[in-house]
Amino acid sequence: MNSAIRNGLGYTTLALMIAALFMVFDYVPPEAEQGIAQLIFYFHVPLAWVAFASFAIVAIAGIFYLWLGDQLWDDLGYAAAETGMVFCTLMIVAGSIWAKPIWGTWWTWDSRLTTTFILWLMYGGYLMLRASADDTPQVARFAAVLGIVAVLDVPIVIASVRLWRTIHPAVLVTKQGGHGLEDPRMVATLMVCLAAFTALWAWLLMLRFMQLRTRSRMGTLAVRIAFANAAASDSK
Amino acid sequence: MEHLEYLFAAYSIIFAVIFLYVLFIWRRQAALDAELRTLEARMAALNESSTAADVSEPRTDI
Repeated sequence: MNSAIRNGLGYTTLALMIAALFMVFDYVPPEAEQGIAQLIFYFHVPLAWVAFASFAIVAIAGIFYLWLGDQLWDDLGYAAAETGMVFCTLMIVAGSIWAKPIWGTWWTWDSRLTTTFILWLMYGGYLMLRASADDTPQVARFAAVLGIVAVLDVPIVIASVRLWRTIHPAVLVTKQGGHGLEDPRMVATLMVCLAAFTALWAWLLMLRFMQLRTRSRMGTLAVRIAFANAAASDSK
Repeated sequence: MEHLEYLFAAYSIIFAVIFLYVLFIWRRQAALDAELRTLEARMAALNESSTAADVSEPRTDI
């Protein structure tokens, strides 16, 4: 059952990604002012969406872990933090590459960029905590709390273009209301890209989550074997 | 085609990093499979030794 879902998601991701690339490079017209560099937007926004979705899952899994204490939730949070970090890093890099020809600089301490960088640092801290310490329940609890606190930055990142002065474009929901995509082909391309990245994210998250579940079960099994070995040697 | 190099760089980096992450997951899976084989071997050895102990011990319940 799991392998059927996993393979199905993998093939769906591949098909959607091919469709997304076709639409970005052959179908959608570039924006009049920004030219071809604007095409980066069609992957930048979906990367942000899946990164934020990952961090929401980290927080939800953290709440359930603190509540129920089940290892399953810790594994889900860890897997989501890792995939979220990959997509958040790519979102920042893609945005930075877009900024160079449009703003004339790779980076500026704009409110949207700064809050996103803080988000990246917090989840970097989460992963460093997991990597540097043993998988004890105490570390899992610390990580759960960190994941819950860190997700509070996500709505701040989203609202930052409305709350503060910023040079980051508010394309999806502009300050005047509505969206900044004037051509219906742009909307269609963005939708396909969002679907492609959502499928990719779900596939990677599932792979990593299943791996972490297997590792947890193997850890339990190893402890049982060690106890059985000790008992057997005591009885001799 | 102004700024084509930026577009190319962005898409190349995105796909390269995703490919590397898939590779990382695949390598982790290979390590897990090896670990599982070790555990299975230990389990089998443990079962064998317990079976041998059962056979060598005289039955007292007759």
